[in-house]
Amino acid sequence: MQLYRILWRLADVVEVVPETPRTKSLVLDVPEWEGHKAGQHVDVKLTAPDGYQAQRSYSIASAPEDERLVLTVDRLDDGEVSPYLTDVLMVGDKLELRGPIGGYFTWEAKDGGPLLLVGGGSGVVPLMGMIRHRAAVGSDVPTRLLYSSRSYEEIIYRKELEDLTARDGALEVIHTLTRSRPQDWSGYDRRIDAEMLAEVTWFPDESPLAFVCGPTPFVEAVGSALVGLGHEPARVKTERFGATGG
Amino acid sequence: MDELRLDGNAAAGTLGEVFSFEVTTAEYACGGCGRTGRLGGAMVYEVRGLGTIVRCPSCDDALIRLAHNRERHMVDLRGMRYLTTG
Amino acid sequence: MSEGFFSRGFLGRRRRHDERLPPGQYLEDGFPVLSAGPTPRTPLEEWDFSIVGEIDEPKRWTWEEFRQLPSEEITKDIHCVTKWSKLETRWEGVSVDTLFEGVETAAEYVTAFCDGDYTTNLPLEDVTGGKAWVAYAYDGEPLEPEHGGPARLLVPHLYFWKSAKWVRGLQLTSYDIPGFWESLGYHNYGDPWREQRYWGD
Repeated sequence: MQLYRILWRLADVVEVVPETPRTKSLVLDVPEWEGHKAGQHVDVKLTAPDGYQAQRSYSIASAPEDERLVLTVDRLDDGEVSPYLTDVLMVGDKLELRGPIGGYFTWEAKDGGPLLLVGGGSGVVPLMGMIRHRAAVGSDVPTRLLYSSRSYEEIIYRKELEDLTARDGALEVIHTLTRSRPQDWSGYDRRIDAEMLAEVTWFPDESPLAFVCGPTPFVEAVGSALVGLGHEPARVKTERFGATGG
Repeated sequence: MDELRLDGNAAAGTLGEVFSFEVTTAEYACGGCGRTGRLGGAMVYEVRGLGTIVRCPSCDDALIRLAHNRERHMVDLRGMRYLTTG
Repeated sequence: MSEGFFSRGFLGRRRRHDERLPPGQYLEDGFPVLSAGPTPRTPLEEWDFSIVGEIDEPKRWTWEEFRQLPSEEITKDIHCVTKWSKLETRWEGVSVDTLFEGVETAAEYVTAFCDGDYTTNLPLEDVTGGKAWVAYAYDGEPLEPEHGGPARLLVPHLYFWKSAKWVRGLQLTSYDIPGFWESLGYHNYGDPWREQRYWGD
């Protein structure tokens, strides 16, 4: 049994990368970072000069094999923390965080598959951590990502996912765009439902591992649909973001 | 359906302030209905500023109730028959 | 730990202070929903409100009976222990004094009990004498489930966790029995003007 104490640390912001109009990735150097498993998250804490604090959780987007820790933040207009992270935080600033947190929603290549990843909006972030880990270790576990975004422009990591799938026949990415789509779009154009899941997922007798992440209503609908399709509940892991993040 | 509820993982940071082991993979038995499971799959209600309540996904009984009162931690574990890392 | 650190350029949500507020509170425009459990959805046909415990004859009202009782409009400031306050919130409800008419008891305390497992404890004198209501409407509309509908306790002179959502009755007790938050370190009484947030305050 591993004993640990997760302590608050000050990370250095070394790069800020715009991903989509509303999301940015923060590349961090965390002193004495002990590594993490794909799917885990960190807690970020902001402190105002008068001592007021706000804290939120963000999934780790980088692979455990990467040198630096990357968080991808979705800017919520009425959020308290996310607008600071996307609009104010700069290279050279420090960010207080603790982690890695959460051993339940994790995947390592040795856990096998086949792997079904279902993400809604910024719910794709921990799933991308899993995909990046899979690529970093050269795993050939059959993997499908079903990814719901509001529009083409809002697909996070779109180019990287295209590059990865071009090189790797065992990785498939299926998009659905729920609010608007390009003229020549031939993919799914609605919210994820049981019918779509049935078309995308493996048969239950292949015993897939499923990870579902996104807003709470999304996760609950997808989770129960998967169980309804015959997935073993113990092999469907969920991470709800709540109705709003922050 | 409750949009405010999260998975056990969401409480992992807060629970990590109290427990010294990885708590989301630990197995609990619900004192109310007897259901067993891993805490990561339990339902979490983060009552922002007040506390964290972890509930059984079957019967909604509170498994763990946590509060931060300034520097002091308060933990109520009566809702579980046991919690094991084994 | 990171003593003295603060995040460059972070101020937090704009927290408006006001001299009408108790210490440590700020003005909130919205109405935050804080919930420790799933939102109950009791159908009105099944709903009732009771006064039980140290009472010779327990009292009970169905929803129809309850809505026949004299009610009033209440405009009060409310203060949450998480530091937000709202001024002059408008409610409609039945005064707890109305519910206690004709009740004889030696009990000094009440425990409010609710759908779900929430409870909160108060001295009997803090829910009588025009200080408390069972409210079924907020801002001119029926109280929404996420805010405690069909009815919640309303005790504006204490921190708002005492205004128990989804209230189903009051239990009269000789002993003060700490409720849901009171047993987790929150102040047994909860006077915002004396900033009684936690035990020992």
